[in-house]
Amino acid sequence: MSAPPSSPSDRPVPSLLVEDLAFAYPDGHQALFGVDLRIERGERVALLGPNGAGKTTLVLHLNGILQAGRGRVEVAGLPVAKPALREIRRRVGIVFQDPDDQLFMPTVGEDVAFGPRNLGLPEAEVAARVAEALDRVGMAGVADRPPHHLSFGQRRRVAVATVLSMHPEILVLDEPSSNLDPAGRRELAEVLDALPVTLLMVTHDLPYALQLCPRSVVLDRGTVVADGPTRALLADADLLTAHRLELPYGFDPTRT
Amino acid sequence: MAAVGLLGPGTGTGSGASPVHRLAAHPKLVAVLAFALVVVATPVHAAWAPAAYAGYLLLVLTAAAVARVRPARLARGLLVELPFVAFALLLPFVSRGPRVEVLGLALSADGLAVGGGILAKATLSVLAATVLAATTEPRALLRGLERLRLPPLLVQILSFMIRYADVVAGELRRMRVARESRGFRGRHLGALRVLGPAVGALFVRSFERGERVHLAMLSRGYAGRLPGGSSEAVPARQWWTALALPLGAAAALLTGALLG
Repeated sequence: MSAPPSSPSDRPVPSLLVEDLAFAYPDGHQALFGVDLRIERGERVALLGPNGAGKTTLVLHLNGILQAGRGRVEVAGLPVAKPALREIRRRVGIVFQDPDDQLFMPTVGEDVAFGPRNLGLPEAEVAARVAEALDRVGMAGVADRPPHHLSFGQRRRVAVATVLSMHPEILVLDEPSSNLDPAGRRELAEVLDALPVTLLMVTHDLPYALQLCPRSVVLDRGTVVADGPTRALLADADLLTAHRLELPYGFDPTRT
Repeated sequence: MAAVGLLGPGTGTGSGASPVHRLAAHPKLVAVLAFALVVVATPVHAAWAPAAYAGYLLLVLTAAAVARVRPARLARGLLVELPFVAFALLLPFVSRGPRVEVLGLALSADGLAVGGGILAKATLSVLAATVLAATTEPRALLRGLERLRLPPLLVQILSFMIRYADVVAGELRRMRVARESRGFRGRHLGALRVLGPAVGALFVRSFERGERVHLAMLSRGYAGRLPGGSSEAVPARQWWTALALPLGAAAALLTGALLG
């Protein structure tokens, strides 16, 4: 399945390292039971799993919104913990599912500038980053528009730009293809495919995972139950059935 | 998109159409506030009060003309005044004191003066505020409030209100469509039993959205304040241009007080 284990010292520092992560919500509901996940720099990984598997809980640990009950999370060697939260949140760019949650400033430009300004960058640098980030998602020239004047697909892409402008070590996308029309879906795929970053994509959209991520991790009931090449996982009908994952009708992962 | 018209820049802000449009927001805010204070400070019972009101009206209409705010826009702005109008109309009937005969009705003279005063003051203030709203983008207004040292938390709340008015209105619309698609008609009192919970549901949804937005903000390094861009100083001339309105009004007030 995954790369053969070797001693930690002879490998480069991974973008993301999750070790034995367990977490229970204050109401007692245990969401994660010892998750291990290692993502090397430049890797593209899909995080698959049914609703309630703990995917969102895991994502919220990556930038310290939730604090681990047991185990640890490291981003490019830096442990996720209180003193380093600001730097952690720069390194982990999370794009949430609903762009209306992500885009809260009056204009697109101010929203993309929100992160860099929180980092305390000088205005000239902020402006350059805004222009660069919007250009990368194919939305140059909309900086002065209010978000609600954009189409849903455009808002999703701008949401990606809002974290790109922070130059993250790893980009985490929560259901990036949800509610997109086929053209919006393809446009976003082109944008994501061209980004030179480490990518972790939480999704139910198995063909999208196959298109964008060579490697997939399946999370179910709070543990990693499979980790390997996306194509091989999707071809394993028993695995998919056991974890409530389903390919769209007529889709054959071995022939795409 | 419907709600944009209520708050959005679409309401008559051309592309920097007039000198008033080009003024920075915070001098205009101060000007409108000061104008309203002068208007309110005018004594209702003074004999010269109507003359002063007429002077103020002339001033604010001049400002509207310079700003090229259309009369229809002013009239729409006045709609918010309706509750005051109702109250002002009631006063002559419920006030005590000597009565005067108007159109066959015995009305309180005192009530008439006070009611008329309320009406005049509210109208004048709302007119000035409408000119401000029609010539200033909501964002610029927020920036202005920030520069006037309004607590940042209040400015943030206002900013989110503008951003999310549309989103919440959209949710409200979808809920209405879903209700009516199943034959609901909200024309009778019993409908409240359906509409009440709907309002509650909208509140819960908005509350949850607020939590998600906060999460997204934290994820991008939010630490208590919305970072704005740099803001350049406003030349003194802009201040004087903006303050011409309240200064004119103050002159009218003083004239009345001295001569009247």
